[in-house]
Amino acid sequence: MNLVMALLTGTLFAVAIYLLLRRSLVYTLLGLSVLSHAANLVIFTAGGLTRATPPIVLAGETAPPTPHADPLPQALILTAIVISFGVLAFMMALMNRVFKTSDTDDTDDLTITDIEPTFEPEATPTSEHQH
Amino acid sequence: MLLLPALPIIIPLAAAILGVLTWRIKRASFLIALIGSLAHMAAAAALLLETLAHGHGVLHVGGWTGPVGISIVADPFGATLALMASWSGLAAIIYSRKSVDAARQHRFYFPLISVLLAGVSGAFLTGDLFNLYVWFEVLLMSSFVLLSLGGAQRQLQGAFKYVTLNLISSALFLISAGLIYGYVGTLNMADLAVRIANAPESIHTPLLIVGALLIFAFSIKAALFPLSFWLPASYHTPPLAISGLFAGLLTKVGVFAILRTTTLIFQGELWLTNTLLVIASITMLVGVLGAASQYEFRRVLVFHSISQVGYMVLGVAIGTPEALAAALLFIVHHNIVKTNLFFITGLVERVRGSTDLHATGIRGLYATSPALSILFLVTSMALAGIPPLSGFVAKLAIIKAGFEAQAWLPVAAALLTSIVTLYSMIKLWSEGFLRSPERPGQEHHTHHDLHAPAKVNPYPKLPLSMVAPCVVLSLAAVAIGIFAGPIMLICNRAGEVAFDRAAYVKAVLGSESAELLRDANTINTDQETSSHDVPFSLPASEPAPSMPEPTP
Repeated sequence: MNLVMALLTGTLFAVAIYLLLRRSLVYTLLGLSVLSHAANLVIFTAGGLTRATPPIVLAGETAPPTPHADPLPQALILTAIVISFGVLAFMMALMNRVFKTSDTDDTDDLTITDIEPTFEPEATPTSEHQH
Repeated sequence: MLLLPALPIIIPLAAAILGVLTWRIKRASFLIALIGSLAHMAAAAALLLETLAHGHGVLHVGGWTGPVGISIVADPFGATLALMASWSGLAAIIYSRKSVDAARQHRFYFPLISVLLAGVSGAFLTGDLFNLYVWFEVLLMSSFVLLSLGGAQRQLQGAFKYVTLNLISSALFLISAGLIYGYVGTLNMADLAVRIANAPESIHTPLLIVGALLIFAFSIKAALFPLSFWLPASYHTPPLAISGLFAGLLTKVGVFAILRTTTLIFQGELWLTNTLLVIASITMLVGVLGAASQYEFRRVLVFHSISQVGYMVLGVAIGTPEALAAALLFIVHHNIVKTNLFFITGLVERVRGSTDLHATGIRGLYATSPALSILFLVTSMALAGIPPLSGFVAKLAIIKAGFEAQAWLPVAAALLTSIVTLYSMIKLWSEGFLRSPERPGQEHHTHHDLHAPAKVNPYPKLPLSMVAPCVVLSLAAVAIGIFAGPIMLICNRAGEVAFDRAAYVKAVLGSESAELLRDANTINTDQETSSHDVPFSLPASEPAPSMPEPTP
């Protein structure tokens, strides 16, 4: 079972890295999404895969039945899923706005933060650069 | 007071919620954020005094003690940084009032700053690795929105780069937290320190690799060199109040997380700290060379942010109590000075309509605005490290710690960086402030005549809410330099406490766990790795075993 999970997470990481290295905004978004799933599966696997009962304390008992699954990785994954859901929703909206304002899907064209010489519309044009 | 360690987190969160609820009432969110940050500052100051007097302040959330529950642990180092977060927030809130447009302010601008402050304070005060991840996400989420709020094209493109890189960093952080849990079965930082120190030899190397992954993730957030490219691509795009707040505060959270990793969880792992020493040296040099090549105020400042992170990480990587104290002083100094430089850039932009040295409209500021020029000169010289200003004592402390640890190459890099920093600040000063506005025989003269008269106003009217934070922060930079002695006392205490991880473990888990940690350390003494754990016992004549020279 561990081998299957290792292969699965490895595949997911490979897919995520491939998608992140593409130049399209949409692929970047998908890559981040797959990356967060891969991270969750890593926690799930590292937390220990066991054939055990859920960690629920039965009525009248003070402790859960002895071979029980560790609840903490599940709690961590749940938290991480909620956070990544929120962040990816924001990311989707942000990419939509980037696409609309910059009119491109190619991340290589998002160069305005690197080349824009000045910040005010009335400032002097780029012909000033030589002196 | 039982709740005191959590107050610097609760107060800004409460201010944010109140600010959102009252968003329809004019000015309410500003006033709530202002009062909230004042209360935040009072709580953080009380917490700092408490930790200085009585050591660690620990709050077990929900009454679940020990490694089971989530602990909020305040030591003098974290409390000082929480105090720093509160004053940056206060300065940014006041500065934003007149400098940020009404449309932004109406869209939950101030509540977002409060959330950011809560996230930053939470990251400084948490005692749990996964909880640290959550606070990182809280502060990142609000910083994403603050960065893209307004929706200008350059902001959105900068935010895209910032968000993508930070999400990758968060995913790596999450993976390493999960792997650490898989190996040692805990996420409480104190418990991690005990269990990793007692871990069997067979999982030592895998744990180190996971620790390196953790530091890799934090290095993205701290903007260390090969991972720093998101910073100059995004920090100059939002309004200057936000740029100043981010540049002064956010990278420090990454530095602090690295500090907790190398001094608490993986103390004495030379492989990690020596790698960090090399990276810190390269970061300093590359960042400052980037700054030297730029001709626009904001870009110069964002590149300086990278190089200054190198100094802080240098202190953390040297890792002696003195070096940690120096790193704390440097963090505080850099927060004040860098925030202030961005704010002053905002004033320059108000006066001249541009902050690009290539635009001739900016020249000759000293002739028309001498007071503003003096503010800039004082702050930029503080950044470069001219005595008697704050940068001088901060750099002196770092370099002294480096000498004592015999880390010659990083010290040389730090000194060289200092000179280039001075060069690039002098460039801004002489080109922007001293150079006379009209130079006869200039080829573009006629072109600028169209623009110059409208922009050059000899008596610009600057709002008090923009000038006051700059003046106060400049005075603070001078005061740190003049009252360096008392401030260094606090920093030294913070450095000692941050270094003494047995005390941390004892405060969180009780003395039995601290004994376990001590036992593990004494067993390992012959491996030379735990010489770190015996504070102040290194004889000066003996070559410090923890600090061989890194080979670049």
